Amino acid sequence: MTRLPAWIEYLLIPLMNLTLAFAVAAVVVMLIGENPIDALTVMINGAFVYEGALGYTLYYTTSLIFTGLAVSVAFHASLFNIGAEGQAYLGGLGALLVALMLQDWLPMILMIPLCIIGAAAFGALWALIPGWLQAYRGSHIVITTIMFNFIGAGIMVGLLSGSLMRPGQSNPESLLFEDNARMPQLHNLLGEFGIELGRSPLNLSIVFAALACFGVWLLIWRTRWGYALRTMGASEPAAHYAGVPVPRMIVTAMCISGALAGMMAINTVMGDQGKVTLGFPAGFGFTGIAVALMGRSHPVGIILAALLFGALLQGGSELDFEFQTITREMVLLIQGLIILFSGALSLMFVPWMERRFARKEIA
Amino acid sequence: MTYLDFLLIFDSALRLATPLILCAMAGLISERAGIVDIGLEGKLLAGAFTAAAVATLTGSAWMGLCAAVASSVFLSMIHGFACITHKGEQIISGIAINILASGATVVASVALFQRGGQTPTLDRDERFSPIDLPSTEALTDIPWLGPLWKELISGHTIPVYIALISVPLIWWLLWRTRFGLRLRAVGEMPAAIDSAGVSVTWLRYRALIIAGILCGIAGAFLSTAHGAGFVREMSAGKGYIALAAMIFGKWKPWSVLAACLLFGFLEAGANRMQGTPLPIVGEIPIEVVLILPYVATVILLAGFFGKAIPPRALGTPYRKER
Repeated sequence: MTRLPAWIEYLLIPLMNLTLAFAVAAVVVMLIGENPIDALTVMINGAFVYEGALGYTLYYTTSLIFTGLAVSVAFHASLFNIGAEGQAYLGGLGALLVALMLQDWLPMILMIPLCIIGAAAFGALWALIPGWLQAYRGSHIVITTIMFNFIGAGIMVGLLSGSLMRPGQSNPESLLFEDNARMPQLHNLLGEFGIELGRSPLNLSIVFAALACFGVWLLIWRTRWGYALRTMGASEPAAHYAGVPVPRMIVTAMCISGALAGMMAINTVMGDQGKVTLGFPAGFGFTGIAVALMGRSHPVGIILAALLFGALLQGGSELDFEFQTITREMVLLIQGLIILFSGALSLMFVPWMERRFARKEIA
Repeated sequence: MTYLDFLLIFDSALRLATPLILCAMAGLISERAGIVDIGLEGKLLAGAFTAAAVATLTGSAWMGLCAAVASSVFLSMIHGFACITHKGEQIISGIAINILASGATVVASVALFQRGGQTPTLDRDERFSPIDLPSTEALTDIPWLGPLWKELISGHTIPVYIALISVPLIWWLLWRTRFGLRLRAVGEMPAAIDSAGVSVTWLRYRALIIAGILCGIAGAFLSTAHGAGFVREMSAGKGYIALAAMIFGKWKPWSVLAACLLFGFLEAGANRMQGTPLPIVGEIPIEVVLILPYVATVILLAGFFGKAIPPRALGTPYRKER
């Protein structure tokens, strides 16, 4: 088997795939009759330059780090968790239930960790069932996680328009998190120390996201469990032969994946909205798949990819204001193209590259 | 409830099941050839948009239908290019197609019509209108049969009948023709087909083309027969329910049809029952009914009633031995 040099595999090929995706998007913009360079400038300004823009970008990045990590942990076990969306949704419910039960009695210092645990636990629960069904009943994880996204969404609609609905609201949304159960926003927090920051929903969750990255790296590459997980991902029979309890590993991996996805809720629900709204995960669970693919399932890669997609999302919302004919859904299009080129078509350049570059290694 | 009420529920169930039947048949043929197709949703959505857009621009529902088929086949070919030609991951490609479609349809409709992602409302003659089957008049006065014919069997749009015909057609194609035998073999054991000198690649591509055509018709049904124009995300998860129905029907056309009708009936019943309490259980929230197809599919997949066995080579790209 030939191996490509690392710089090609981890730098050149992802960059080529990314360029291709943007090139196609540029053609679409030209077909619409606008200048792609103008559109790109608007997006870059919207994502980084305007006041508070960077905060929004990092706020989206935080959510995407959680869902990206979630998908990647399952990837390492060669499991495909398309259920991050539903797990994040249920994670919001977990945080909300903890908050509603305890926020009248406990101080912030206890409330925040407890709510995080609630979010992670509910996310894990929503991944546990598909994981268990895959491990012990052989039902395909892709299909069950898709089904669980819809089942979760149905349950949430029922709850948000039913027993958890805030009285006096016309739209289904939940009761509120009190201040002691909300994640402090960074512009407030830093304001206390006299540092001025533009207003944005960026909050303390980003610190937890960074911790989660480090934790996942430690878990996957520096523990015996992580080694077993990667062995299983590479070859299930080999792992089984080496004494790895495969079914139990599948369930645990899915639970960790679901917990990470559930923690996305602490960013949006506790850090920004202060309530659970209808469909709050807003596709971030699916974007997490793109993030994990782009980031090659490595925490460093995931941070970079999450930043890229965070910037795209924030910059894309600026398109609505600047152009009559281009909307923020352009970002969805770019996202689809990135998943296509760097995921499904990731092998497209490999044979060509191998002919060109791998020869040196054989000789 | 009267006989007529039942007929009306079945009538609406049939209409709700139409996109499910077409998409599930598309999924069936593609998965029988060994290609996982979770891009049904995206193809359905793309079809719905193109049908409405082209029908508006040309004034003809048939042109819309043709365009819907073309766009859906185009997405199918992207899927094929990624999964067959480049041996990419089929699930990732399917997700890409779904996201691509949900972005592209809104981008295109804003660029073309500037109505916030909708297409203009279609006129009567830009849509498929219900057709009355022959002898509806003659049968009207006959008790039972008359209303049955008038309410349930006659008076649907052409795509509904296409959906119903597609089931025996797919069955015939897969189980009564040489092409079908080979296509099913390619989903079970592609190496055997390859050693018989038949192209695995071309067989799988043809399966995807047929799947694309069916999804395109389903899309056209949504926007130019059932509805009167495209609204964003109008497929609303129907592609995924079709996927569930396909698994629920264990990859067999007639069982899949039954599953689609069942899911359609659940939705129609739920719509109808909304707000009326049932005996014993009381009022059931519509959300609960709407998740039943998914719950049922999960239970089936878990092997608690019967086993759903997918085609053996499903999801694995074929590599020629060297």
